[in-house]
Amino acid sequence: MDAALLGLSTIIIGVGGCLGYFYFSNLFLDRVLFPPKGENAGRNINRANQIRPWLFVFPAMFALGLYLGYPVFETLRLSLIDRSQDNAFVGFANYNQMFAEAKFWEAMRNNMLWLIVVPAVSTAFGLLVAQLTDRIGWGNIAKSIIFMPMAISFVGASVIFKLIYDARPEGTAQIGVMNAVWMSFEGGIGSFIFLKVFPIILILSFAAMVAYIGYIVLRMAGGVWVMVLKLVAALFSVWMVVLSVQSVWGVATANLPYGEPQQWLTIPFFNNFFLMVVLIWIQTGFAMVILSAALRGIPEETVEAAVVDGANPFQIFFKIKVPQIMPTIVVVWTTITLTVLKIFDIVFAMTNGQWQTQVLANYMYDKLFRANDWGVGSASAMIIMLLVSPILIWNIHNARKEMR
Amino acid sequence: MTDQNADRGTIVAGSQQVFKGIFGRKNAAPTGIAGSKSSLSWLVHVSVLALVLLWVFPTVGLFVSSFRTGDQISTSGWWASLGTSEQNVVFRVADPDENRVADGDQFVVTGNFFDEKGGSGTITVWGTSSRAIAAYQAGDLAELKGTETITVDASGAYTWRGAEDEITGRGQRVFATITAPPEFTFENYENMLFDPSNSEGMAKAFFNTLTVTIPATIIPIVIAAFAAYALAWMDFPGRALLIAAVVGFLVVPLQLALIPLLKLHLGTGIGKGYLGVWLAHTGFGMPLAIYLLRNYMVGLPKDIIENAKVDGATDFQIFTKIILPLSFPALAAFSIFQFLWTWNDLLVAKVFLIDSTGQTTVMTNQITELLGTRGGNWEILATAAFVSIAVPLVVFFAMQRYLVRGLLAGSVK
Repeated sequence: MDAALLGLSTIIIGVGGCLGYFYFSNLFLDRVLFPPKGENAGRNINRANQIRPWLFVFPAMFALGLYLGYPVFETLRLSLIDRSQDNAFVGFANYNQMFAEAKFWEAMRNNMLWLIVVPAVSTAFGLLVAQLTDRIGWGNIAKSIIFMPMAISFVGASVIFKLIYDARPEGTAQIGVMNAVWMSFEGGIGSFIFLKVFPIILILSFAAMVAYIGYIVLRMAGGVWVMVLKLVAALFSVWMVVLSVQSVWGVATANLPYGEPQQWLTIPFFNNFFLMVVLIWIQTGFAMVILSAALRGIPEETVEAAVVDGANPFQIFFKIKVPQIMPTIVVVWTTITLTVLKIFDIVFAMTNGQWQTQVLANYMYDKLFRANDWGVGSASAMIIMLLVSPILIWNIHNARKEMR
Repeated sequence: MTDQNADRGTIVAGSQQVFKGIFGRKNAAPTGIAGSKSSLSWLVHVSVLALVLLWVFPTVGLFVSSFRTGDQISTSGWWASLGTSEQNVVFRVADPDENRVADGDQFVVTGNFFDEKGGSGTITVWGTSSRAIAAYQAGDLAELKGTETITVDASGAYTWRGAEDEITGRGQRVFATITAPPEFTFENYENMLFDPSNSEGMAKAFFNTLTVTIPATIIPIVIAAFAAYALAWMDFPGRALLIAAVVGFLVVPLQLALIPLLKLHLGTGIGKGYLGVWLAHTGFGMPLAIYLLRNYMVGLPKDIIENAKVDGATDFQIFTKIILPLSFPALAAFSIFQFLWTWNDLLVAKVFLIDSTGQTTVMTNQITELLGTRGGNWEILATAAFVSIAVPLVVFFAMQRYLVRGLLAGSVK
C-alpha cells in the first residue's frame, strides 16, 4: 500500500511538475524575460516566440536523448572496453570472443528463422483474415477475437501455450492439446494425411510464396541499388526453395514416434517453431487490422472494372487488391520484423534458450545479468542495433521525403 | 499491442490510402461479386469460423483451467471438463465399528459416499477390487466372501451387510466410475488474491504493476503532447531534424539502453525502484508518443489555430484550450498503447525495478518465476496468468476503437 501511496504522490508531483514547468516557463518568458510592452514590445514578442518552441520540446528531447540517444553511443563504447581490465580499450576483442561462441551462432540462426517465418506467416494470416472478414456480417466480431491476443502479454501468452505443449507420462490422460491430438495418431491413413501430406503441401506453398516474392522483386525496375536488392532477393529465394525441398524430403522419410507423448519444447530445431507460434498468434491481429483498413481503402472502381472484365475472385485478390496494398504489406512486414528482432519474453519464459532455442535478445540478457559480462552483452546489443539499422535508415529516408 | 515492441517499432511508409475506421463502416458487397457470392460464401463463413475458433481456443483453455482444481486439471484435459466428465474414484465405507447397526443376526452399515467424501455425480459402474472396477452396475448387489454383501446405487448410497465378524475392522473399499456434471470453482482466485498467507504474492504484484503502470502512462503523455504541438505547429530551426530523430528513435531497440541506463541510475542514486522504471518507461515511450500525437495534430484544421492567434491567444492557451481537447482520440490511442506495454512489460521491470529483496516484483515477473518453481501446478499458473491478463483485456475491449485508430495512425501515414 505504501507503494500505491508513493505512486499516487508521484503522479501528482510528476504530472504537476510537468504542467508547472510548461506553465511557469511560459509565464517567465512572457512576463519577465521578454515582456510584450515597453519600448521593445515588438522585438520582445519575436524573441519570445523564438524561444518558446524550445521550452515545449526540451523535456521530450531531453528524455529522448538521455534514454535512447546516449545509450546507443555508450553501448558502443562498452562493447569496445573490458571492465575486468580497468575499462581498458580492447578493440574488437569482445566481438571476437562472442563470434567464437557456439551459443551466439545458435542465437543468430534462430533469429534468422524467426525473421523469415514470423513476419511472413503473420502477414499472410492477417491478409487472409482481413480479406475473408471484409464482406461478412459478423466480420467485426471475428476481427475483434483475432485481434484480442494483442492485449495479452508475451508472458501470459507463454503460459497459455505452455499448457498446450504440456506432456504427461504415457498411460495417463494428456492435458496438453498438442499431445492429446498427437496420441490420437497411430500411423494409419489419417496420420499419413495429416502428418505427411498436409505438412508437405504447407512447405510447398511456402516455397511457392517465396518464389513468387522473388519473382516480384526481380521484375522491379531501378538503378544500381535495386540490382543489388534483386540479386540478394533472388539468391535468398533460391536458397529458401532448396531448403523447402529438402524439408519436404525430410518430412516424407521421417519415422514418427507414434503413441509416445512428446516434450515439444525440447525437440531441437522444431521447438523454435513452437515458440514462433506464440508470436504469430499475437501479431496476426496487428497485421489484420492494418491490412483490413488498407483493403477498404482500395478504390471500388478498380475492383468493379476487373469484375466487368470477367476476373474471378482469386484473380481480383492477387492481381488487383494485393498490388494496390503492397506498400501497406511492406509496412506490416517491417513492423513485425522489428518486433521479432527484439523478441525476448517468449523465449525467456518458455525455454530460456535451452534446447537450442536461444535468440539474440535473450542471449544478451544472459550475458549482461547472469554472466555479468558487459563487454559481450553490449556487443550483442550492437548486433541487434546493426540488424535494425537498415529499417531505421529507410524510415528516416521516408519521413524526410514526406516532409518536403 | 502487448509487450509489443511493435508499437514502438511502428514505422512510416509511403502508402497513400485514405483509411476509414475499420470497425465502423461495413461495405455493401459490390454488385459484381454478388454472382459468385452464393457459391463461395459458405466456404468463407466456415473458414472464418475455423480461424476464430483456432485463435480463441488457447485462451479459453487457460481460462477454463483457472476454474478447475489441481486434481481436475491433472487428471483430464480442460476440454473434457465442459461436458459431463467420467472419472474413477475409490470410496471406503464408513468405519464399521462405529457405524454398524444390528439387523436381525446381521450387521449393516449404510451411508452415502458423496455425503461422506464430498463431491457429486452419478455412479454408473462399480467394483470391489482394483482388478475389476466395473464388475457391477449401479443398484446391483455384490456377494462377497461368506454372507457379506454390498450394494451401491447411482446416487452413492450404499448398504454393506454381513455377519458380525465380517462387518468390522476397516470399511469395504468400492471402486466407482462416476459421471459428474461440469464443476468449476473460484477457489483458485480466492487463494491467489485474498488468502493472506498465500505464497504466490500475486496480490502484491498486482498493486506493484498498477503502481508502475499509471505514472508511466500519464507522464510521457504530458511531456510528449507539448513537444508534438511544437513539432506540428511552431516554426523553429531544426524542426525537421528533430522529427527525423523521433522517427529514427522509434526503431532503436531498448536492449541497447539497458546497461548504460542502469549504470546511470545506479550512479545518480536513483537506483533500482519505481522512480527508475517510471523514467525508463517515459523515455522508451517518448518516440511513439511524439510521433502519434504529432501526426494527429498536424491534421487539425489550420484556421482554428490561426484565428486563435489573431484573437491574441498565446501558444500555451492554444495548446491547452484548443489542441488538447481536439486531440483526445490520439491521446487515448497512445495511452492505451503505453498502458498495455507497461502492464505487460517484463524486461524493463526486471532491469530497472526489481531488486534483490523482490518486494517490488510485478506480475509478469511473478509468473515467470512461478513457471520455474510451480511448472506443474497449472491451477496456480493459469489463475496467475489470468489475473494479469484480465485488466488489459478489459481495457482492450472497452477502448478497441481508439486502439485501432492509433495503430493505423502510427504505422501508416
